[in-house]
Amino acid sequence: MSKYKLFSNKYIKLLIKYPTLTFLIAFSLSVAIFNTQFLTVGNIFNVLRQTSVNAVIAAGMTFVIITGGIDLSVGSILAFSGAILAKIVINDGNVLFGIAALVIIGILLGLLNGIIICKGRVQPFIATLGTMILLRGATLVFSDGRPISFGSVEHARILDLVGAGYFLGIPIPVYIMIIIFAFGYFLLKHMRLGRYIYAVGCNEKAARIAGINADNIKIFAYTICGLLSAIAGLIVTARLSSAQPTTGAGYELDAIAAVVIGGTSLSGGRGSIIGTLVGALIISVLNNALNILDVSSYYQMVVKGAVIIMAVILDRSK
Amino acid sequence: MDNILLKMKGINKSFSSVPVLHNVDFNIYQSEVMALLGENGAGKSTLMKILSGIYSKDDGEIIYDNEIIDLKSPFQAYKKGIYIVMQELNLISEFTVAEAIFLGIEPLKMLRTIDWNSLNKRAAELLNSLKLSFSEQEFVKNLSVGNQKMVELARAIVFNANIIIMDEPTDALTNVEKDILFNVIRDLKSNGKSVVYITHRLDEVFEICDRVTVLRDGKVVYEEKTSKVTKGILISRMVGISKLKEDYWENCEKGEEVLKINRIGNIYIRDITFSLYEKEILGIFGLVGSGRTALAKTIYGYYKYNSGEIFLRKRYVKLKDCLRSKELGIIYISEDRKNEGLIVELTVKDNVTLSSLRKYCKLYGVIDKKKEDSSVKSYVNKLNIKVNSIDDKVVCLSGGNQQKVSIAKGLDCDPIILILDEPTRGVDVGARREIYNIINELKRKGIAIIFISSDIDEILSICDRVMVMYKGAVTGILGREKLSKNNLMSLAFNVKI
Repeated sequence: MSKYKLFSNKYIKLLIKYPTLTFLIAFSLSVAIFNTQFLTVGNIFNVLRQTSVNAVIAAGMTFVIITGGIDLSVGSILAFSGAILAKIVINDGNVLFGIAALVIIGILLGLLNGIIICKGRVQPFIATLGTMILLRGATLVFSDGRPISFGSVEHARILDLVGAGYFLGIPIPVYIMIIIFAFGYFLLKHMRLGRYIYAVGCNEKAARIAGINADNIKIFAYTICGLLSAIAGLIVTARLSSAQPTTGAGYELDAIAAVVIGGTSLSGGRGSIIGTLVGALIISVLNNALNILDVSSYYQMVVKGAVIIMAVILDRSK
Repeated sequence: MDNILLKMKGINKSFSSVPVLHNVDFNIYQSEVMALLGENGAGKSTLMKILSGIYSKDDGEIIYDNEIIDLKSPFQAYKKGIYIVMQELNLISEFTVAEAIFLGIEPLKMLRTIDWNSLNKRAAELLNSLKLSFSEQEFVKNLSVGNQKMVELARAIVFNANIIIMDEPTDALTNVEKDILFNVIRDLKSNGKSVVYITHRLDEVFEICDRVTVLRDGKVVYEEKTSKVTKGILISRMVGISKLKEDYWENCEKGEEVLKINRIGNIYIRDITFSLYEKEILGIFGLVGSGRTALAKTIYGYYKYNSGEIFLRKRYVKLKDCLRSKELGIIYISEDRKNEGLIVELTVKDNVTLSSLRKYCKLYGVIDKKKEDSSVKSYVNKLNIKVNSIDDKVVCLSGGNQQKVSIAKGLDCDPIILILDEPTRGVDVGARREIYNIINELKRKGIAIIFISSDIDEILSICDRVMVMYKGAVTGILGREKLSKNNLMSLAFNVKI
């Protein structure tokens, strides 16, 4: 009996400790009671795939926010790098070359953000607001304001695999998401760099006095964020078989929402990347469930906003 | 004039049950400048903060104009005519001088809109009457520190203050600015105002003050007219008779020279020269603002130096940042544990290995957690750090234990030179003793130690040599045979010994 009690206590404690996870499970279960379509394998993978783009961006955003910064340019980096990929593909370039270009563009743009912020001493909000607008403009110039479609290009079939393919019954983007989160978790928990990211976010001055090169740590965080935005760009572009110059607008806000719902503090120094995954899942499960339950998309926004505020209040009261 | 304008009687004040003021009687005379002197921590600032309504007193009364007053806020004190000019500037830098002077007491027109014409006119008149050369339309941020002090004084006059308290007003002033300030003070005095003047500069006491009050360990020990005292008397009153203290000093054959500083200087310090040896504790003593911490941070590479040279084990080195100094084996343990020394929101473990994490990393920067844990645990045992687990957050520990974590963090970098800045500030007696023992053990092991402290007893009881600083320069280095409170205080006030 006592053993049983201990056992159940442990789970209750866990659920109290992670209120967002509790919310995710409770919400999913109650929707499942009302609607049989919700908890089906097909729908679960559907939700996971829908989550993947936001989750990948939010993973990068988590690094930046833990250092005490913010990155508003993620959606524009996504669009710009996607446009580069599409352009290379329709010009009969090698798809792998296109992907390599996309990755390098993402890294360079993240690096640019980091350098403007750390070396140019510009506040992260302003710096990335600037690159957000600049890159959106550059994408529109580059694509002439039109989608760059490669749906009819024969050698681009390999990209369909990334966008719509399955491996062992699980969508490819889900694998990408899982690999990124596993790596992110390992980096933050088990690597020196991760420890320094928290240290710089908690107290930059003390970190500098401890002999940590705080600028390099921050630049690294923005670079990772740029890279992951580009990878999200790969998923989106592959899925649509085209690069839309306006795609990704507003994605920065979804990513920030996922990070915040996941319990990462906007003032830096505190948070976890697993929380971000839960946060991203909550957002897409909410969208999906409310769709299934036929709630209008207007109401969906109302609910999403309320959930963000509630999550933060819950986190504060812990 | 011997008219007492304000009398503080039997003032007591404790901070978290540590008494800071005992039964202090303090008088301010009509149309006089009263100097308030004392060592660091003697209670000067606390007493004045009580007088200006910033702190509340535990006990005692303040009699002003034959009336007992009870000040609950600085604003009440302003209204009574008591105005404090703090050591740090308290002006809004984006305002014009006129706006800054009248902040909170702006002249109003009908409908409660600000009467700009009258505000600017009165500000201009005020600056004129103080014989100040800047315009009332100038922005505060464009003024020198000295002129900003003048703006604060102008504000005191607007509040019609009868008593103006100035805490170290000449701290960042040039000589010319100081002369202007003193002229203003003399003007105020001739207009019947009284000034309380807190300072660490004895020359200024004789230049501007009519009387002196000396505080020691939270008690008034002396009050006299300036014309009847000498610097020597003042210093001996501030120091008092040496209390018997446990002596921690250990005789130890000093080793080779590890650090040679040759005439380094920057905006904080001037022309500093000294050597440091293995198996030695070199104390640095000085009053607040003497540049001790700035010197330590310069050696640690936090501040750049633009003149002079540094030799480490007889080899020339250029220290350009903290990372470089750390790698060379120079470690600085900050006096400000909360903001600089530790990252208090992180765990004990995170903090101990923060500077030395590289040691615990395998390939590609992956932390070997087992190795890290066992190393941190050994520090916890060795330094007797009281924690439930090494994953406790540092913010939950007592001051003494936080300090030990800070020391452990320094030691884990295997330092050759360890700079400890006020290592026993906010630390209880038991932990203090342990910290002294740790420092002595490090000395025996051959580490060269720089020990910065404001506590003169502590300096006397543990250091092999003591370097004294005054206004960013060294005024003397004393060997053990010449160490005495009197000598240290004299050098700290830049008086010849």
